[in-house]
Amino acid sequence: MNRLSIASTARALFGLLALSATTTFAAPGEHPDIDLRVKACTGCHGAEGRAAADGYYPRIAGKPAGYLYNQLVNFRDGRRQYPLMSGLLQTLTDDYLQEIARHFSALDLPYPPPVRSTQKASVLAHGERLVREGDPARDLPACASCHGSALTGVAPALPGLLGLPHDYLAAQLAGWKSGIRHAHAPDCMAEVARKLNAEDIQSVAHWLSSQPVSQGGKPAAVLEKPLPIRCGGVTEAAR
Amino acid sequence: MKRLTLSALVVAAVAATAVYVALKPAPDTSPASPPGDAPGDLVARGEYLARAGNCLACHTAPGGAPGAGGRAMDTPFGTIYTSNLTSDAKTGLGQWSADDFWNALHDGRGRDGRLLYPAFPYTNYTRVTRADADALFAWLQTLPAVEQPNRAHTLRFPYDTQAALLAWRTLYFKPGVFQPDAGKPAEWNRGAYLVQGLGHCSACHAPRNALGASTDPDALAGGLMPGQNWYAPSLASPHEASVADWPQAEVVALLRDGVTPHATAAGPMAEVVFGSTQYLSDADLNAMAVYLKALPQTRPVKNEVAGVQDELRRERGAQLYADQCADCHGERGEGRPGVWPALAGNRAVTMVPPANAIRTVLGGGYAPATRGNPRPYGMPPFAAALSDDDIAMVVSHIRGSWGNGASPVSSVDVQRLRGNLR
Repeated sequence: MNRLSIASTARALFGLLALSATTTFAAPGEHPDIDLRVKACTGCHGAEGRAAADGYYPRIAGKPAGYLYNQLVNFRDGRRQYPLMSGLLQTLTDDYLQEIARHFSALDLPYPPPVRSTQKASVLAHGERLVREGDPARDLPACASCHGSALTGVAPALPGLLGLPHDYLAAQLAGWKSGIRHAHAPDCMAEVARKLNAEDIQSVAHWLSSQPVSQGGKPAAVLEKPLPIRCGGVTEAAR
Repeated sequence: MKRLTLSALVVAAVAATAVYVALKPAPDTSPASPPGDAPGDLVARGEYLARAGNCLACHTAPGGAPGAGGRAMDTPFGTIYTSNLTSDAKTGLGQWSADDFWNALHDGRGRDGRLLYPAFPYTNYTRVTRADADALFAWLQTLPAVEQPNRAHTLRFPYDTQAALLAWRTLYFKPGVFQPDAGKPAEWNRGAYLVQGLGHCSACHAPRNALGASTDPDALAGGLMPGQNWYAPSLASPHEASVADWPQAEVVALLRDGVTPHATAAGPMAEVVFGSTQYLSDADLNAMAVYLKALPQTRPVKNEVAGVQDELRRERGAQLYADQCADCHGERGEGRPGVWPALAGNRAVTMVPPANAIRTVLGGGYAPATRGNPRPYGMPPFAAALSDDDIAMVVSHIRGSWGNGASPVSSVDVQRLRGNLR
């Protein structure tokens, strides 16, 4: 019952988000002082939000605005749990979070070269196979089937997977698998992550974090094919 | 200490049980809703009053349905889960009457007669008039029904017993609606009613004893918030958060906008401004300001600096400040007016309890986004970047520089306050 009512609230909320995601992420840079106002973000996510690929914090510069906005709301409202993020966002409004998301999304900054992986070739090969082809035997879709064949994401709500630290990637997949990280329902990434074992997670994170960023990291404008799975906050926004 | 507390509680429980039969729910002596209040007005007034009481802040779980409860409140005695206030008949207040609600708000009793935990601040809400309670109830009944059973509290023995609650109430709770002071102006009385009652300012801004009770709540003499590791500063001390010397308009601005030229609401107070005071009318905010400015003040005493740091730690603190802080807060702690707060002469930095200065460095924070300040500035958290010892040294540097004259802090202070910030 409890779960049911939360789910219906989530659905209602999701409806609203989908609506706003399609209508609002437009003109960047409407307020010239925004870079001063997001100093709270760049302390960890690096100058201009371009954290390097060797730490824990993910780069946020150039990510799709809808994706960034969804994450900000998820942290504020408890679907993603990281006390430093939740604490920062607790008293911020949807409007302001959209502005912050648009700001970072509009930054067009070069990516540094990737960290060279020290992993065995077999580990990297397993990772690459899951990323590009998935595992049909386990009904596991390829990462590329949603995040784009260049793995740089798809506007407005699907994030790119390149230029991110191994530790961050592995922690997110493990968080989804164990139920610590949530997205809007239906939570497709949770469904995918539950099918991954620890070896899969490590392999995928190692391979992704060792790849150079193609296309300047820019998300594709449209999905190449329909999503293989229903994703809250994404399916409707991407239509 | 703990054992002493426990045995005191047991003794009190026995004593209280002896007089249990003599205790009856407080008679309802205050008038019901004023006649002529149309139902729509009543609900609108209730909604406004719920803002004043910030009811939904606690009675909503993170990301949960508004008013459906389930938020965990950590106390020194265990965890309390807030209750479902929506109109759901099975799990909310759907079957309650206005009298049931009055008994809860005014007397701290549930519909079944059980005593409620004072984490629900009925020690404040008892001062609310029956008319306002009825308006609140009318509004609560309009909250869309959400079926969400209340979660059982996880309190340690003996705090989980009704006897303990009875003892506590015998010692620390006397129901009673706010009585205006005829010798004071109406505006002062309205402010007192809001501050002492629905505003429940003393829930944080008054010290609590070992049993979690405030013996002199209205003095607002400052208190540590154990569940949150923040210190709610004294509103009576010129060294802390007294506003006696502030222009009244700045007190109003802090409560309405969350920011003034000289102060910013941070931490739990940012949540209060965000969820409650920004929605209050100018008349009510002015009334609160009048009352807060007139609070009896404690005598100003010179802060004594206890402890000195050795040369190496002082140098390291200064270096950390130059590397991490000076860019925004200035080389001499002067800040940047309207953007970054000054640290020189900032009471949030210099007050004796160092909790807020440390928590701010650990967790950073944004001023609340309000209509008056919709795009606040923020500070990054340093919990992940700096060790306990580094934070201790940089906070000590800030507290000891530019004439601030406050005592250094230790890495143990930081470790104690860190909580889940890492």
